[in-house]
Formats: sequence, structure tokens, C-alpha cells
Amino acid sequence: MTLGLSKDVWAGAMLIAIGTAAIVISRNYPFGTALRMGPGYFPIILGGLLTVFGLFILACGLRGREGIAGSFPLRAIIILPLSLVLFGVLMEHGGFVPALIVLIFGSATAGAEFKFMEALLLSLGLTALSVVVFVWGLGLPYPLIADFQ
Amino acid sequence: MDLFDNLIFGFGVALSLQNLLYCLIGVTVGTLIGVLPGIGPLGTIAILMPITYGVSPVGALIMLAGIYYGAQYGGSTTAILVNLPGETSAVVTCIDGYQMARQGRAGPALAIAAVASFFAGTVGTLLIALFGPPLAEIALKFGSPEYFSLMLMGLVAAAVLAQGDMVKSLAMVVTGLLLGLVGSDVNTGVQRFSFGFAELSDGIGFVVVAVGVFAIGEIIANLGDKAQRRGIAARVADLFPSKEDLKRCIGPILRGTGIGAFFGVLPGTGPAIASFASYMLEKKLAADPSRFGRGAIEGVAAPESANNADAQCKFIPMLTLGLPASGVMALMLGALTIQGIQPGPEVMTQRPDLFWGLIASMWIGNLMLVVLNLPMIALWVKLLQVPYRLLFPAIMGFSAIGIYSVNNSSFEIYLTALFGIFGFVCMKLGFPLAPLLLGYVLGPMMEENLRRSMLMSGGDATVFVTRPISLAFISATVLILVVMVLPAVRQRRLEIAD
Repeated sequence: MTLGLSKDVWAGAMLIAIGTAAIVISRNYPFGTALRMGPGYFPIILGGLLTVFGLFILACGLRGREGIAGSFPLRAIIILPLSLVLFGVLMEHGGFVPALIVLIFGSATAGAEFKFMEALLLSLGLTALSVVVFVWGLGLPYPLIADFQ
Repeated sequence: MDLFDNLIFGFGVALSLQNLLYCLIGVTVGTLIGVLPGIGPLGTIAILMPITYGVSPVGALIMLAGIYYGAQYGGSTTAILVNLPGETSAVVTCIDGYQMARQGRAGPALAIAAVASFFAGTVGTLLIALFGPPLAEIALKFGSPEYFSLMLMGLVAAAVLAQGDMVKSLAMVVTGLLLGLVGSDVNTGVQRFSFGFAELSDGIGFVVVAVGVFAIGEIIANLGDKAQRRGIAARVADLFPSKEDLKRCIGPILRGTGIGAFFGVLPGTGPAIASFASYMLEKKLAADPSRFGRGAIEGVAAPESANNADAQCKFIPMLTLGLPASGVMALMLGALTIQGIQPGPEVMTQRPDLFWGLIASMWIGNLMLVVLNLPMIALWVKLLQVPYRLLFPAIMGFSAIGIYSVNNSSFEIYLTALFGIFGFVCMKLGFPLAPLLLGYVLGPMMEENLRRSMLMSGGDATVFVTRPISLAFISATVLILVVMVLPAVRQRRLEIAD
């Protein structure tokens, strides 16, 4: 998947975006003088540098045609972060056990060789192990299952 | 003799039952992840860091360091047995190590790798003990301008000497510096880049960045690569190398150790470069170079000693100057800071137990690796057969528990998810990620020293080139940059990168 452009065009664009965003945001902070640098001074220099790097890489990318290597695991990109988010929500509202089971089972579905029973056993087993090690052993103060309100 | 007093003191610290246990845990976990492909020392150390919060600073560092050099041992085991470098440092070991294994000489190959690593580790430990104190002595005299220039040199060298695209590495350093600035500004209290989130006023958690980028991002990338490569394990018969083998290896081990130590103190040069350089040197020196690539035992001994010496000597700038020379060292610095210890030359005088205890433990850990690993090879081979589809959900689980336990904050979990995506995108676009971490760790310190220098000099930027030590660092930085853009060197870098 190259979207018709070379890899470095995207790389350069990303840097320019981060760099200019840093500059724009930092303009709200007092800049100060070289003698007494304000909180905006250093980030603006860095943002500028990043933008310059970005332009350079982008320019190189326009000449080259090297696409992005390897496949684009769309499934993993969506499922893995989503599983983490679910874990975060469940830790606050559901308890350690449901949060971890959902995270591990959910993550497992991101793989190409997903097997339902295996993933279920894995998530149950690892959760049991984690309860023993982290909650009972190391004494992390998490309710195993939060009471629903 | 000071050196021996100090080392004896260090052994006293390291030999306490508790610290021995941490060392054992560290090297065992390290070997484990070294054997398993798809998870490296960076990710593991990042994931396990929260667990070390409750541990004493010495114990924490001993354990994390154990993971680091243990992983190198483990990496070479799989390189030899199944032609699969568990870690990048072991790529070169595959060449002759696997050939030896195919000829039924896996045992001697593994044994010589262990001996070479142990010897190099011992020399590395001695080098740290010898050069650490004088370096720290010098560093104690540094003012803000010197520190700023030193960090600049360290960051530029790390970015430029590392494998891959130089401009992209530098860009990652700058991105890391920016990330380090998130949160309240120490001088004015202004909230920078916090987007109104109260959770960000203390900055982005170190573990969040490290785990997000190195563990989660890496998993996404791995799932993108179809079919994880699996080899068939060679059988291990005889373990002991012959007299002839040992004789052949003395020279390569000595030279490998020297090369590794040299590259070790240079920032940015990963162990892969050191082991590659030593392999090439042995091939050049050999009476019959055609043996290399067909199971020459020197081809195992040289790179194994080089990568271990390199790994040990990476601690020198970290412990004495507070300067991380690699991604793992940036993590170690992070661990120190989290424990409330300000990295820098004062560590040695204020926390001698930490410095000497860590050094002594590295020697002990190396010894443990030799004693433990050779009999356990069969077990490691078994472990290799654990499929990745079972491994990565487990890594996800442990990562999440680790991050959550730092501040009991779901916000940090969400942030980690974002950094995972960011890390994956960076990897796909050819950006190396270790420089990001270096910049992130050094960001606040660099800004602070820059501000102080300018205050000191009355706003005159020439302060960096009028003070001799600072000038030396600046000149070195410029020199590194100039040398690296020379066409011949650029070409060579690209070849090595392949």
C-alpha cells in the first residue's frame, strides 16, 4: 500500500505537521529573550528544526519512489489500541478480572491465526496467573470484580 | 588500591541475598526474551519497569541490567541453534554459528559463545571500574554550557552513528525532545502541550512512551509480517570445544573484546555494528578466509565477545555522565530518575552502592548466565516453539498491568495506545525509534542547561564555543556531522545497514 506516493513524502509530511503544530501551539507561550528564555523559546526552535527536516525528507521523497514496505495490518492497528482502551475503561468500572480477560482475548483476535477456544483459555489462564502474581502477590490494590452500580 | 576496595565494596552490595535474587530474575527473564523472537530488551525493560518501583534503586538497576545482557546471551543461543537471531546483536553469530550447528557442532559453538561473552563481560566490568571514576571526576567540573554541548554531541552522535537514515534519526531526536517538554515548565509553571489535560501537567510518563512505542508498536508491526520464521532446532551433542577450537579463538576473543569496548562507549552504535566489525576483521586476518561462513568457530567467538563488551561499556557514559548511549541506556536513566536519583557524575559519590553494586552484579550476572544457560539449552529450544499468537496477547496484558500500576490511571493506558500507533507509523515510514527515547529523556535537561548557560553568559550564545571543554564537544559534533555526509561514508553506512 503506497497510496501512490513514496514513503519519504509521508515521512516528511508527518514531521512538517508535528513541527508546525509545535510552533503554532508554542506561540501562545511567552517567548522571552535569549538571556531569559521563556517557555516558548526552546519548543519553537525544535519545531522549526523539525519542519526543516521534514521539508528535506519530503524533497528527497519526491525524487525517490520507494514505497512503504510490508503489509498494512489494519486489523491489528484497530484492535490492539481498542483492546487497551477497553482495558482502561473496565479497570475503572468493571474490575481487574474482566478488564484483563477482555484485553487479552481482544488482542488475540488481532492475529491472523486466531482460534477461539485457544484464545479463551489463554486469556483465562493469564488472568488467573496475573491475579495470583500482581494482586495477591505484589498487592496491587485493584478490585477483582467491581460491584455494578 | 582504590579500585579493589571499590570492587570489594561493590561485591558486598551485589552479593546480598536480595540483590542476587534480582540479578538472577533479570538474567533469566533476559535470556527468555532473548530466545523469543518478536520481543526485545527495550520492550521488556519498559514493561517491567513499573514492577521495580517498589524495589530499592540498586535492586531495580541490577535487575534491568540483567535483562539487557541476558537478552544478548539468549539471542545468540537461538542464532546458533535455529539460525534465528533473537536479538539484532546476534545477526552475525548466525552466519557461522548455524553452520557449526548443522555440522553437529552446536555444542562447541554454544560453549564458545558463552566463554567469549563471559570473558568480554569481565573485561567490560573492569573497564567501567577503571574509567568510570576519572570520567565522573572530570564531569563534576562541568557547568551548564558543558552539559548542553555534551548532550548535543551525544544526541547527534547517537542519531548519526545508528543504522538507518541519518536525517530521520535526527528528526526522531528532535521529536523526542519536544515530547520531553510536555507538562508544566519548571521555571514559569506554564503548561506546555498539555491540551487541557490535568494528567499531562507532570509530563508524559516515561513508561507510557517506552511501552507504547517499543512493545505495542512492535506487536502491530510483527502482526503485519506474515508467517513468523521458524527454524528447526539442531541437536546438541557434545558441549565442549576441542583444544584446537580454544586455541583458534583466543585471538578473536581478545580482538572482539577490544572492538566491542571501543564501539561500546560511542553513542548510537548498536551491538550489531561492533559484532559485524569484529567478524570482518577476523575474516581479513584469517589464514584461510574461505572457512568463514562455513562454520568457523572464530566467526562465533569474535562477534559474541564484541557484542557483550559493547553492551557492558554502554554503561560507562550512562553511569558517569548521565548520557544514554542507546535506547536501553535511556530506559536505565529513566529508571534512575523514577527512583528519585538525578543521573550524572554525582551518582558515583552520592550513591557508591549503586555504582559499584551494579558493576559487581554485572560480573556475577555474566557468571550466572554461563552456569545456568548451558544446561538449560534444551528448555530454551522448547520455548522457541511457543507460537507468536499466544505470545503477543500475553505481552499486551503485562504491558497494560505495568502501565496502569504506575499511577492507577486509565488515561495513561489510552495514551499508550496512541503511542503504539505512532510507533508503528514511524517504523513503517523508516524512522528509528531509539533516538526518540534518547531525545525524550534528555529534553528537559537540555532545555534547562541551555537556559542556565544563557543566563550565565548574559544572553551570549558564544559561551558554548569560548569555554574549552564545551568547544571540544561542539567541534566533535560538527566533525561527526561532516564526516557522515561525505559520500564515501554514506555509501558504506547504507551497505552495513543492509
